[in-house]
Amino acid sequence: MNMISHILAANSLLTAFAAVGILMWISGAISKYFTFGRIHGSAIAITLGLALAFFGGVATGGEKGVADLPALAGIGLMGGAMLRDFAIVATAFEVDVVHARKAGVIGAVALGLGTVVPFVLGVLVAVAFGYTDAISLTTIGAGAVTYIVGPVTGAAIGASSPVIALSIATGVFKAVIVMIGTPFVAKMIGLNNPRSAMVFGGLMGTVSGVSGGLAATDRRLVPYGALTATFHTGLGCLVAPSLLYFAVRAITGN
Amino acid sequence: MTISGVALLSICTLLGVLLGDLLGVALGVKANVGGVGIAMMFLIAARLWLVRRGLLSSGLKTGVEFWGSFYIPIVVAMAAQQNVVAAAKGGPIVIIAGIGAVVVCFAMVALIGRLSGPVETMDEIEAREAEELAAPVLGLKSGRIG
Repeated sequence: MNMISHILAANSLLTAFAAVGILMWISGAISKYFTFGRIHGSAIAITLGLALAFFGGVATGGEKGVADLPALAGIGLMGGAMLRDFAIVATAFEVDVVHARKAGVIGAVALGLGTVVPFVLGVLVAVAFGYTDAISLTTIGAGAVTYIVGPVTGAAIGASSPVIALSIATGVFKAVIVMIGTPFVAKMIGLNNPRSAMVFGGLMGTVSGVSGGLAATDRRLVPYGALTATFHTGLGCLVAPSLLYFAVRAITGN
Repeated sequence: MTISGVALLSICTLLGVLLGDLLGVALGVKANVGGVGIAMMFLIAARLWLVRRGLLSSGLKTGVEFWGSFYIPIVVAMAAQQNVVAAAKGGPIVIIAGIGAVVVCFAMVALIGRLSGPVETMDEIEAREAEELAAPVLGLKSGRIG
């Protein structure tokens, strides 16, 4: 037993490949036999991954889900920023330039709306929960944009630690809902072509939520959504601690 | 060679992330501004250039496409290492702000899609392209090859 866990930990990336492969295989079987193909296997796999992350977090008390278990540390490398960016960039190989160009302007509009609309909503919810100072309001609003924009903004304007944690949680929760919810609403919101995928990417923002949600809906749409979503965090980090913060401060007066 | 595809992908990614960081510094924000997007544009440009020169070998394609096809498993691994416990502890403000933001944005995707008129769906695009491949075309679409 000791030997097995030593081998698993010493070959952590291979262990991660095997573990994720088995998880996807189980998810495919659940999709086929329990939902009769109605819910995509990848959506089930992502949801199972999040559920495992919850139990991993409870078991270890750490912040990195199952990656805090020594035998599954390779999950941290496999799902980390380096390989994630690498694989997202690779999907651009399938992008049809003609379709991408057609959606250029509309993608930019979606990006702008995707930053301002969730921000305003987050600020309003924070007001409803009794926050009144511009710094806390801006940080929570920025968290509703993405879980990266939230802490970057909070750190830039000097928010307190609990407020920053709250803004990260809001962003993570948003990403989770996008991942799980997208396949269910895809038909209703017309998510079946490159242009709507680019609008979707610009509006939803979170690269993880967008790519996970689109992967579960239609694998071919991922590169289009990721193309606009990737600018979303940058734009958010740019305007939330500056323009949007000044706007909130002008309204609250402190 | 497969490694040339993997190397091309690595170079595009590294250049994109570097430029994204530089853009962040230039704009005075502590973040990478559009790095992955810039890298994607490099890769798209590189592919167009290679196709035009007739240098897009099947090995090179394999090297890039393997990582593209690896995308979903990587997303699953990413989901498995999120701090879900902290997100669940956030309580009602997290849930209301999160759900609210998503619902409003879903509605806007539908609205923008309706307002901007009908477009070809992914299935229609693939069907049309399959037809075009099946029919013998005299003039080469992508200009000169080789």
